[in-house]
Amino acid sequence: MHQRSLADLAAALRRREFSSEELTRACLGRIARFNPRLNAFVTVTEERALGAARAADQRIKAGEARALEGVPIAHKDIFCTKGIRTSCGSRMLDNFIAPYDATVVEKLEQAGAIMVGKTNMDEFAMGSSNETSHYGPVCNPWDISMVPGGSSGGSAAAVAARLVPGATGTDTGGSIRQPAALCGISGLKPTYGAVSRYGMIAFASSLDQAGPFAVSAEDLAVMLQAMSGFDPRDSTSLDRPVPDYRAALDDAIAGLRIGLPKEYLGEGLDAGVAKAVEEAIKVFERLGAKPVEISLPNSRLAVPTYYVVAPAECSSNLARYDGVRFGYRCAEPRDLRDLYERSRGEGFGAEVKRRILIGTYVLSSGYYDAYYLKAQRLRRLISADFARAFGQVDVILGPTSPSVAFKLGAKQDPLTMYLCDIYTIAVNLAGLPGMSIPCGFAGGLPVGLQLIGNYFTEPRLLNAAHRYQRETDWHRRVPPGFE
Amino acid sequence: MSLSRDEVERIAHLARIRIDEADIPGYVRNLSDILDFVAQMNAVDAANVSPMAHPLDESQRLRDDVVTETDQREAFQAVAPQVEAGLYLVPKFVE
Repeated sequence: MHQRSLADLAAALRRREFSSEELTRACLGRIARFNPRLNAFVTVTEERALGAARAADQRIKAGEARALEGVPIAHKDIFCTKGIRTSCGSRMLDNFIAPYDATVVEKLEQAGAIMVGKTNMDEFAMGSSNETSHYGPVCNPWDISMVPGGSSGGSAAAVAARLVPGATGTDTGGSIRQPAALCGISGLKPTYGAVSRYGMIAFASSLDQAGPFAVSAEDLAVMLQAMSGFDPRDSTSLDRPVPDYRAALDDAIAGLRIGLPKEYLGEGLDAGVAKAVEEAIKVFERLGAKPVEISLPNSRLAVPTYYVVAPAECSSNLARYDGVRFGYRCAEPRDLRDLYERSRGEGFGAEVKRRILIGTYVLSSGYYDAYYLKAQRLRRLISADFARAFGQVDVILGPTSPSVAFKLGAKQDPLTMYLCDIYTIAVNLAGLPGMSIPCGFAGGLPVGLQLIGNYFTEPRLLNAAHRYQRETDWHRRVPPGFE
Repeated sequence: MSLSRDEVERIAHLARIRIDEADIPGYVRNLSDILDFVAQMNAVDAANVSPMAHPLDESQRLRDDVVTETDQREAFQAVAPQVEAGLYLVPKFVE
């Protein structure tokens, strides 16, 4: 059962080939067996999942199955889940039982999906390797001495190891696409505002966006259909009709203009990754797509700009953790200032503290114009590069990450880690949709192909990815030992 | 852009984060490195470019000024470190 795709499982449940309870037990069994090796889950919600699965079986029997009825999924532990610990990978929230559900959680539940647990992640989604988690790193199922990518490393590893057919993630600078690439699965970051941020613990509010992980583009379309839509409880949610993400999946892509940014395919790109991406481009050409060389001249500014905008917003968002209303409180505070300073000093890990400090600095009196305002100006230049490119092409193709998965502990220096996201960060700054799909291997580890689209063109991205996946089987490869 | 030890301590105070004495040199080094890296922004003159705060240049949506929240004090205070009689407790700070 675990080798089948999410769309296939949903259909099989409806045909009553097996029950949701059987499928859910199978997933829980695989989690129990493999999680000690992977550390992908921080919480498993077994009893609740089995109860929900039995209810799903009743609905199926009654002919009332919804889109994802009875399909087990996992949520990144950044989404609030009522009555269940929501830790965000941090000691700060180790004891936090969310008093409400995130909209994404609510929507997937309303579509009939069964939550089997919460997945590990970089602390407050700040990291590219899942090593900043308070609960320890996640291991990459392709090689457990390697990182799975981050920050949504637990969700990506769980899907790659076929513990669940789908999972949620969030992407502020690449946190869905990069782990999808490093774990050899598909992941999509929607247009900013397409999926509600309500109940999703905030990191950098103008960049954060939730999206799905699954094996294939078709599965992503099914999940995104359930996740997206206007939500009055998120002030940046877009009030637009939700397209049918599956409608155009099989459309021919002959004549599709694919942009190949020269800045993404040159210096700094690992040779094995470059080769796999070039092969993927040939597949698109065989399908009739037309490659066009393009330039995104301000690409090199994306990472520096991001490391002003994201920390600034993070320092402001994370001011709420004060040891008073929820979360960690230090022992025996001397006075109020001591309570704040020690609760935050002890509750946050090193990377989170670094980003809060950088953010505090760039927003402090006398520095705001030089840093934050300047970064916002550059953000417009970066965004304008894409606007120009989409005058010429329909979809942009390139690598998701400059390298395949690296060894746990290999990148100790924060800046080296930040450069993992050189190809993904600009997409968040511009607010565009982007996805990563598997396109081969380098040195035995998966390579991700990134597809970037103009605003609201998720159906076209999914269509291009699905047509590619009809021609290739990279997305069906299962890590050895997890078959 | 090199930060001094004093500056790091000042920023940590502004952020209300206690940093152990022994960790300060590490923060001085890391934060200086990050600011050096970020200084690549200076290579571009963008004085005539308008700042972009929202990816789609949307403005903040307003809602009607009506009560939409119900009283959930008990639920919210159930996750608080210390409460008494519906109030959050902190160390005494007014003499």
